[in-house]
Amino acid sequence: MAESAERPLAAPVAYLLLVRMWSRSALQYRTSMLLTGLGQLFTTSLDLVAILVLYSQVKVLGGFTLPQTLYLYGTTRVAFALSDIVASGVETLADAIRLGTFDLVLIRPVSTLAQVLADQFNPKRFNKLVPAAATLIWALTDLPVHWTAAKIAVCAGTILCGFVLYCAFWVLSGCISFLAVDARELANTFTYGSEFATEYPLNIFGRPLGLTLTFVVPVAFVTWQPSLYVLGHPDPFGLPGFLRLASPVVAAVFSALAVLAWRACIRRYRSSGS
Amino acid sequence: MRVYLTAARLSLRRYLTYRSSAVAGVVTTTVFGFIRAYVLVALWKQKPEINGWDLADATTYAFLTQGLMVPMGVFMNGTELGPRIRSGDVAIDLYRPVDFQCWWLALDTGRAVGTGLLRSLPPVLAGSLVFPFALPLSPVRWIAFSLCCVIGYVVSFSLRYLISIIAFWTMDERGVAALVFAVGFFCSGMILPLTVMPGTLGTIVQHTPWATMIQIPSSVLFGTQPGGVGYALAFGLFWALVLMGAGRLLTEAARRKVVVQGG
Repeated sequence: MAESAERPLAAPVAYLLLVRMWSRSALQYRTSMLLTGLGQLFTTSLDLVAILVLYSQVKVLGGFTLPQTLYLYGTTRVAFALSDIVASGVETLADAIRLGTFDLVLIRPVSTLAQVLADQFNPKRFNKLVPAAATLIWALTDLPVHWTAAKIAVCAGTILCGFVLYCAFWVLSGCISFLAVDARELANTFTYGSEFATEYPLNIFGRPLGLTLTFVVPVAFVTWQPSLYVLGHPDPFGLPGFLRLASPVVAAVFSALAVLAWRACIRRYRSSGS
Repeated sequence: MRVYLTAARLSLRRYLTYRSSAVAGVVTTTVFGFIRAYVLVALWKQKPEINGWDLADATTYAFLTQGLMVPMGVFMNGTELGPRIRSGDVAIDLYRPVDFQCWWLALDTGRAVGTGLLRSLPPVLAGSLVFPFALPLSPVRWIAFSLCCVIGYVVSFSLRYLISIIAFWTMDERGVAALVFAVGFFCSGMILPLTVMPGTLGTIVQHTPWATMIQIPSSVLFGTQPGGVGYALAFGLFWALVLMGAGRLLTEAARRKVVVQGG
């Protein structure tokens, strides 16, 4: 024990240990886990039903056919589900700050981010991946796309970069909890809002909002821009073509910003003191 | 009666206390309103009229959902009763010389009115500045809309009360609540208006109790409710009575049989 006190655990190791601990705790309540997991599975599938209902009324939405929208939806959902598995522990942060229990996080010799991201980890989150992956496979089989090595690489990269960007959004939503303790819902706009927006072709939001979602909050780089490349679809906003392959750069820059913001928040943190 | 009014008033005051939280909530619901409205705009651009609704009806609806969802408790897992059953605190509630169900109705009504006062208008106003809007001037429509909202709220409460009270038997209502929430979120018309749902799916979702919470008040407001206001009120009252009645029966059963947790 003395040794571990001298040399703190590396953040990824600590994260995995914490995840194992929380999983074992969650597995004690199997029925509740099973039912809430089923509920989650159901909720995510109903979003898909909504898209199918939309396309039962029209053939083309914002210039995109059903398989194309399903591709946008599928990549978004898979990337978001992965980030949800890894990082949605942030959601309990606001309560921890309000109740003062966040002080405990600070006195442990383990990375704060690892502790916060792993908080309340529950294996049921893997359920969200099932309908997401199924939809993506469905879209991939239905798409009239000529698959080249480059397109396959971009498709895989979309999910990877989307996952990294969403993780950055989760961390930033945690930073919002530091600034405004009871603004939990505001933090949701960042995470669930950006997910919801990227499920649909971005051009349906109109030019001003579409460009904001590209250059201010880089939601467009989650799936929209790389998907235009994969689908071979012209950019309805007429933006330059190199942006379609810019997701890795945007993801790297944005996650660096998120980590810096997180560190700034930790430095300025004042305990609620009660 | 006075005790229920007092309970509702105190609960209302509690919900009016957290104003900065309400501001954050308003921003969030408004953002989601915009996203939902743009999705509907894309649909209505392709098809200018769907089942009697035009573009203005659809965008107005997108923001009405955002205004109504918090007071209607669409996002809530049951009522505040659930956690009290789980912790055993409910023993104190059972001692109170009041009707158990009405007591919780009073507390939850305070919540609905409080959140409604703080959070219903701003998203609708923000939406009306940007999108075509179809709010009628006729006072009769607004009165009918208000009545439908009240009935929809009672249906919402009785449904959530039923979910909470399940905890008397299962010790944890959260699993059931999550399932019911998923169904309710879709069937209340939060994701898409129930009027655009085709065929059998449309028929089913328009007859569940969740239809009374957002869809029917909105249709009544736009004057597009099939069967008119009379049908809307009768349909809502039917579900309110059925669900309230079921809540009463289960409450009685719980009082007789169940042992409270927490020693």
